This record gives sequence, structure tokens and C-alpha cells, in this order.
Amino acid sequence: MNRWYMLTVVGKDRPGIVAKVTTALFDGGCNLGEASMMRLGGSFTIMLMVELPEPAGVLQRLLEPVASSLGLQVHVDAIDGQLHHHREPDARISVYGADRAGIVARVTALLAEAGLHILELESHVAGSRESPLYIMHIEGYAGQGIDALRRVLERVKGEGIEVSLEPVETMIG
Amino acid sequence: MKILTYPDERLKQVSQPVAQFDERLRTFVARLEETMRASPGGVGIAAPQVGCFQRIVIVDVSSRPKSANNGRLVLINPEILSWEGMATSREGCLSVPDYTGNVMRAERITVQACDELGSPREFLCNGFEARAVQHEIDHLDGLLFLDRLVSRRTDLFRRKRYGNRKSA
Repeated sequence: MNRWYMLTVVGKDRPGIVAKVTTALFDGGCNLGEASMMRLGGSFTIMLMVELPEPAGVLQRLLEPVASSLGLQVHVDAIDGQLHHHREPDARISVYGADRAGIVARVTALLAEAGLHILELESHVAGSRESPLYIMHIEGYAGQGIDALRRVLERVKGEGIEVSLEPVETMIG
Repeated sequence: MKILTYPDERLKQVSQPVAQFDERLRTFVARLEETMRASPGGVGIAAPQVGCFQRIVIVDVSSRPKSANNGRLVLINPEILSWEGMATSREGCLSVPDYTGNVMRAERITVQACDELGSPREFLCNGFEARAVQHEIDHLDGLLFLDRLVSRRTDLFRRKRYGNRKSA
């Protein structure tokens, strides 16, 4: 029986976490699906699709030893997601500017209004402590077309952030 | 014709040059083209994708009105003579269903090849068409776009370094 969980693991970053977590999962009879690991602000974060024909508590217990030895927080959700459900982005948006609160909310609210379905988002705070720089990279599916996105992004001009939009033209060969 | 999909190991093999430019070749090219056109979104195909390990590719990006192109290209024993500019863009493959990824390719290439009658031809390809030609020629050497993936983050930083691709 296929039963998929979304496993979230967060903790202080150090080398070897992925190996130890995934070895515990493999030894416990799990199969892994798609995963995304990021180091965010010095923390280790990973989200993993895990297939295990057992209740959620079994998965949670399986990870207890490795979680306590590495000081990791583990969270398990049953999901009805499945593999082979990729959706292709057709728009890429890059944003950067002096860091301040509200950039993500401002830009993504406009994009949502213009029909963007965000498929991937990653952002970084770079620069220095005194003058931090916010950088965000979004890929998504433009439900109302690229021009709709272009039009709403015109509105952030003059707000101190640089926004560029380009179509993603996937070549299938 | 049926398209091989990875992990079929045959996709990793190197194809041989075409020696005979005969009616059999032309029949095969016609069937290969039919297969390409029957595949949703497919703008190129290489003979090894249908299990024929000969150096034959077809590219036709003319369905993309915005990109400059040479129309229907049948490239037999193709060689890329020159490359210019590198850019990252997204690719998928008829032989790798349900996945697309970012790949670095030359933006402009000159390619030499024979046509179906064996006459040598030379083409200048740009942008989308250049990517398609490079993707298909890779198949002849047993390479998939999976062999050339770059991460999203690499993409982001490379684009920054090369800098001047700001879109309107």
C-alpha cells in the first residue's frame, strides 16, 4: 500500500545529517520520494516525501534516535501527494534590493493577483550587517500569461527594488 | 516508433556515422520526423531515441514564432564547428518523462551536417534552436540533459555574474 508522508527535519546544521537521517529511514523500510534541503540562516532544513506502509507514529519513532543524537526537530504529516506530478514553470522572476520588511508580501501579492502559481521560491539575505541585501528567485506558472505579470510588476518601479521577469521556454527534445 | 526512455541503457551508447544515403535512410528520417511531431512539445529528436544508433537528428523549432530558426533541419553526421556565448535554460526530453531541468548551452553555434541526400550543409543556429541542436547531438554521443544539469542556485549566480541579461 502506498502511503506518503511529508517529513520535515530542522536543526542546527552540521555535516552528515542527510546521511544519518536517510540511513535511519532506509533501515526502517522507507522509500524516499522528492526532497528539498536548504541551509537557512545556519540551520539545517529538509522536507522529504517518505513512503511507508505504517501509521505516522511509526515513522516518528523510527527517527527518534537520530533526532535526539543530532538535536533535530522532526515533524510528520500524512499527505495525499504522489510522485509524477511535476508542473513546469513558464516564468522566472528575480527580485533584489536593500533589505526591508514587506518585499516578499508586496511582490508575491502582485504576482498572485496576476495569476502566478509559484512553484519554487528561494531567497537570501546577503550584503553586510549594516546594509543587508535581499535577493529572491521565483519560478512559477503564469496562469494569465506573462504579460499580466509584466504589467503588475510595473507597479513596484520606484519602490527601491529591482524586479526582472523572463519567460522560461522549456526545450523538449 | 516507440521512444526509448531512460533508464534504458541504450540511450547511453554512442551512435555511428551514416554511410549510405539511400531510400532506406530517407524512409527512416520520415518515420523519425513523424515520431517527433506526434510527441507533445517535441521540437527535436535523435535516432538513438527510437533505438537506431546512427548519427541522425531532426530539429524543427518553427512552431515557436518568436525564435529565429532554420525551419525543418535534418542533420546527418552533424558536427558543431563553433560555439559562442553560454546561457542556462530549461530543457526536457522525450526520453526522460516528467522532469525538466536547467542546462548550460552555447547561445549560438555553427553546425555542419549532411542532408538526406548526402549533400553537406552548414547552418547558423541561435537561442532556442541552438539549444535544441546541441541537445539532439548529445544523444548521438550517449549524453542526456541529465548529464549537464546545473542547480537552480548555480543558475542564479551564473546569471548574476554574466550580468547583462536584464529583460524589459
